[in-house]
Amino acid sequence: MSPRLYNEPSPLEVKILTRRFGLPNSQSIDTYLATGGYEAFRKALEMTPEEIIEEVKASNLRGRGGAGFPTGMKWGFVPRESPLPKYVVVNADEGEPGTCKDRLLMEHDPHQLLEGMLIAARAVGAERGYIYIRGEYRYLIEILDRAIGEAYERGFLGDNILGTGMRFHVYTHSGAGSYECGEESALLESLEGKRGVPRIRPPFPATAGLFQCPTVLNNVETFCAIPAIIRDGGKAFAALGTPRNGGTRLFCISGHVNRPGVYELPMGFNLLRMIHEVAGGVRDGRKLKAVIPGGSSCPVLKAEECDLPMDFDSVAQAGSMLGSGGVVVMDETTDMVRVAVRIAKFYQHESCGWCVPCREGTTWLRHLLTRIDQGIAKPSELDLVVEICNNMLGRTFCPLGDAAAMPIRSFVMKFREEFEARLRRPMVAVPDPDSLVVS
Amino acid sequence: MRFSEQLEAKFNQLISAFPPGRERAALVPMLLYAQDEVGHLTPEVIQEIAGRLRVPVHEVDEVVSYYSMLTRKPRGRYHIQICTNISCMLLGAEQLLEHAKQRLGIDCGEVTPDGRFSLEEVECIGACCWGPAIQVNYDYHHWMTPEKLDRLLEELRKAQ
Amino acid sequence: MSKLVTLTIDGKQIQVPAGTLVINAAKQAGIEIPSFCYYDGLSLQGACRMCLVEVERVPKLMTACTLPVAEGMVVRTNTPQVIEARKAMLEFLLTNHPLDCPVCDKGGECELQDMAFRYGAGEGRFVEFKYHVPEKQWSPVVYYDAPRCILCYRCVRICDEGLGVNALGVVNRGVRSEIAPNRGDHLECDECGMCIDICPVGALTSGTYRYQTRPWEMSHVGTICTFCADGCKTTLGVRNGIIIRANNRDRSGINDEFLCIKGRFAFDFVHHPERLTRPLIRTLSGFREASWAEAIELVAERFEQARQQGGRIGLIGSTRTTNEENYFLQKLLRQGLGSNHIDHRQSGDLVSLLMATRGREGALATTADLYHASGILILGADLSQQHPLLAFQIRANYRHHRARVYVVTRGPVREDQIAARSLRVAPGQELEALESLRTELQGLPDLVVLYGDSIKGSAVARLVQWCDSLAIAVRYVCLLDDANSRGALDMGLVPDWLPGYRSLDQMNLQPGLCWEEMLESEELEVLWVVGANPLRRRHLKRRPWLVVQELFLTETAQQADVVLPAASAYEKRGTFTSVCGELQQLQPAAQVPGAKTDLEIASLIALQLGLELGPADPDELLGEIHRTVDGYNVDLPLVAAGAAVPTGPYPDVAAVAVRVDKIRSREDTLFTAGSLGQRSQVLTSVREAPGSLYRG
Ligand SMILES: Cc1cc2nc3c(=O)[nH]c(=O)nc-3n(C[C@H](O)[C@H](O)[C@H](O)COP(=O)(O)O)c2cc1C
Ligand code: SF4
Ligand code: FES
Repeated sequence: MSPRLYNEPSPLEVKILTRRFGLPNSQSIDTYLATGGYEAFRKALEMTPEEIIEEVKASNLRGRGGAGFPTGMKWGFVPRESPLPKYVVVNADEGEPGTCKDRLLMEHDPHQLLEGMLIAARAVGAERGYIYIRGEYRYLIEILDRAIGEAYERGFLGDNILGTGMRFHVYTHSGAGSYECGEESALLESLEGKRGVPRIRPPFPATAGLFQCPTVLNNVETFCAIPAIIRDGGKAFAALGTPRNGGTRLFCISGHVNRPGVYELPMGFNLLRMIHEVAGGVRDGRKLKAVIPGGSSCPVLKAEECDLPMDFDSVAQAGSMLGSGGVVVMDETTDMVRVAVRIAKFYQHESCGWCVPCREGTTWLRHLLTRIDQGIAKPSELDLVVEICNNMLGRTFCPLGDAAAMPIRSFVMKFREEFEARLRRPMVAVPDPDSLVVS
Repeated sequence: MRFSEQLEAKFNQLISAFPPGRERAALVPMLLYAQDEVGHLTPEVIQEIAGRLRVPVHEVDEVVSYYSMLTRKPRGRYHIQICTNISCMLLGAEQLLEHAKQRLGIDCGEVTPDGRFSLEEVECIGACCWGPAIQVNYDYHHWMTPEKLDRLLEELRKAQ
Repeated sequence: MSKLVTLTIDGKQIQVPAGTLVINAAKQAGIEIPSFCYYDGLSLQGACRMCLVEVERVPKLMTACTLPVAEGMVVRTNTPQVIEARKAMLEFLLTNHPLDCPVCDKGGECELQDMAFRYGAGEGRFVEFKYHVPEKQWSPVVYYDAPRCILCYRCVRICDEGLGVNALGVVNRGVRSEIAPNRGDHLECDECGMCIDICPVGALTSGTYRYQTRPWEMSHVGTICTFCADGCKTTLGVRNGIIIRANNRDRSGINDEFLCIKGRFAFDFVHHPERLTRPLIRTLSGFREASWAEAIELVAERFEQARQQGGRIGLIGSTRTTNEENYFLQKLLRQGLGSNHIDHRQSGDLVSLLMATRGREGALATTADLYHASGILILGADLSQQHPLLAFQIRANYRHHRARVYVVTRGPVREDQIAARSLRVAPGQELEALESLRTELQGLPDLVVLYGDSIKGSAVARLVQWCDSLAIAVRYVCLLDDANSRGALDMGLVPDWLPGYRSLDQMNLQPGLCWEEMLESEELEVLWVVGANPLRRRHLKRRPWLVVQELFLTETAQQADVVLPAASAYEKRGTFTSVCGELQQLQPAAQVPGAKTDLEIASLIALQLGLELGPADPDELLGEIHRTVDGYNVDLPLVAAGAAVPTGPYPDVAAVAVRVDKIRSREDTLFTAGSLGQRSQVLTSVREAPGSLYRG
């Protein structure tokens, strides 16, 4: 059995989605009902679909999966009248390195996710919902299946929900090891029993998603925010964050900090405060060197760039992305070349191979950076790294290519001296052959 | 080919999760669950699942070869998966992996001669805030150190 | 008509129908946007990223192959950013591509080479090791070299979407991705080789062509395939009179890029070592070689005797000889030798259809109709085996226009995959089953009905009657076996009518003997067999003097008194008429010294007999056919230019007796084709069980 995960909360947290974390039996429906659970759904049953979507729009909730697309707007794209069945799909693939929040939301409060799905189903008229969970999270499937069973027993799922005639069924579905399957269209392919290769878009899932039917697809955390939004009103949720960035979000602070963990903080919370006050500061009293603010796909920020509010717009302005909330903290001892190599290796391993620039670009980057790390490259090849990244950026079939190129380019550009220093080291005669093997 | 009763029940549940005519959708989890029971995806298992879902065998092969958790090669009874991705790496995952290789006397992708352990370097497993993290089969072990790994291997070596 | 959209590409304003993709709109404006994975008619991929263009007010470059035009759209295909992106894609493509062009079969006609030449970067910056896996042989005709593969998925799509075979897929992921065959280490498929020709690079190569030659060392001759009746255009690569390969990469002809295994590979019978090259004359101790002069003199002598005895000569002709040859042969026999004993093996009942649809225009469907009709009804035929091009057309129609396809056959057929409904009935029971389709068929604007040999005689009339009762536009295809089966009927290579289905009365003739009767006849002094092998399964009752024109020493030729070595259709000029009635021109490609065309042979005999039969030159004969044979009054310059020109309108066919029991299809599969097929090493080397992929 895997241990129950929970880090000591921080007094600076604003616990909306995580408020049941740490309660005894927080997974059970009884605990959930005793703490206001499914009230939002009952409320939603009294609202029209349009009213629900309006409320979500008012909350300024932006997708927590990485792209930060306004959720209410996305739901609004689902055609009202459609002869096709509609679906709700939860993206619980959580593959972005540095990110481990969805896991906690499902582990501690599965009913909150189910309630969010129910409200979405009500808003768009879907009758089936799937939770696509990465294969490694097997134990969560057990937790969720139990919660789903409870929800059926209490009448929150089924063919006649709470006697209203509403019909909604929820199923868990396991992935089997592929980061690309977190990309929404690849996820749908995988959910249909195929290779996790992305689809041409448009059409977007809202109009042609699962089995080419209209589909609402959101991240776990996005769905988990819905009950609070409906219960307390979109405005109240919006007010917790900054303009255009409503609510709180779960930040996964990892790396060289004293108290790594998942913390729920208002949107716009200052990054330095996050590191120093929430996560207990940099390990062993060392100096901060750099932070990846939103999972490994985001450009790195140097220490001096870190005094900034953590919302989608501010981080974008600083040249990076808020992404999926994975804050990776690196102290002064960190070898930036090694980090870049590791990131390159990851994307090379996960590129699905569909399109040319991603398939070949990630492979090239991995080899080239490995050589640089070994000190057997020409200094001019540092520019080549940047050029390869530029040649990938914005030109790949899906954003995985960007996700690979952006961080790597930022590492080379921002920490160029370190890469150059590597090339001044005495030459290693032969490259370590293992490090060049593509796996 | 028959599987255990629980697995048969699981298969039925997976298939019934989808509208009629969409059985293929159950493919990926079915493969994974079958692999969990049999150990690896043998040609017979692949054929059987292909037949049940009415998917051509070669299309199942395409799917199997895509997903990194699916394997046609036997693994050890305990499949040690060590995450070396960025968060874990910052906290010593690479040294942990080296340590594991030495302790087990095998490289990544190999199985110990007694068939008890196999080793794999994996990408982020969603345990970044509790790293370095490893998974033994589906069980997570967080905040790993070489010493903790030794103790764990010792336990598993003795396990029935 | 869909509505027109106006857009600007590189400053040119153009109008195209809504829904057009930018890549095609540009083509219409004469602007080439490079691409690998985009392939006209197949599903979209967006994978190679070669076609990136700038679209005004869109921040990122867009793929022109997936982007539909929009009103007022402004596209630029030649800005520095676009040029840079193309160069980058080529550089990426070449990183793991082995630069073995000098020994690659595709060298000289490789799309990757061409693009690198046109858009590429000259210098290589990639110094890492290249990922390598060994080449694999998937079948006698298909080899795959994964490192050369650029993963454009054309092969996967043509096999699945175009052929309905779905034998190719992609395994592994990322840079290790490769194309894989359906049986793990080998292919089980139609072996059509479409994947080879559609491959833009040298990843898929042909077992018969590889390492034989460089493309520029061949001359390329456009002609028509000699095998089944569908009339595929093929371009033969010829070096020193030897055919080295066949394909239709220029997508000309009625078959677009389609060719089946026979068209693409089975030409090898032409250069089979057992080809006859000298006339043979029987002696007591067997055959002896003779000169043409001697052999012709002997033949003419015996023919003259038979003529004098009141035309006691019979001719069994071929479905692979040209219209001109057949026309000349029947003229020689009827006018010159005074006999009406002329026939060939009929494989379908076309004449009953002509009688049942008398006076209607457009009752016969063309190959193009199969692509456009909104409904298709297949009666008693396994099209994918016997009419692969027609099957290909129907699948394309289904793919592009959602045609409603109905299948009424004895057993499973591949067309079931795309059928709205499939019915299984015993041969001959098809018409009874039709009633259950009535309401569905009545709802269609138009329908093409294809029927096989189980529907003949009065059944054809009943079929037409039943279709009339649907009160929708219906056109028909009478399925026939061989490359010029249709032409043989049209040219009167039968005992029951004259060219153009004219009645025998016109020449004061009685119906002659059919071919089976000729074999049994006590009367005939001479039997002349041109390109047929009737003695393969039958024997002669009373042995007449036997002359055989043949490529090989077939069972029939072995019994001949004189064997005259004939040229194949790949060695001559003339025309064929496809099963759907398109008239097409053959061009000589190969040379087999010693053999003569059947027309040359017949005209030499006529000359020796001193007969005045008019010109015996293929072009002049076509002119005569054009003037005298109903339905052949078509645009001849167009035919000469290589087009497929539909024949018709067909004449009002007077009542003729149909010898229903003599009509039978040979039921070839994809891998058989009579005596020619037996001499093709390719056809005999593939080990497929025909239809196993859909007969389960
Ligand atoms: C390569 C790639 C991987 C992704 N992985 C995930 C993931 O693991 N979880 C997730 O929720 N979104 C992931 N996304 C984002 C999804 O495509 C999609 O934007 C998101 O699930 C939408 O939900 P949201 O609007 O609630 O964020 C990924 C995107 C890309 C391009
Ligand atoms: S084999 Fe050829 S056609 Fe097929 S994907 Fe590769 S390059 Fe394209
Ligand atoms: S980096 Fe190791 S679990 Fe995320």
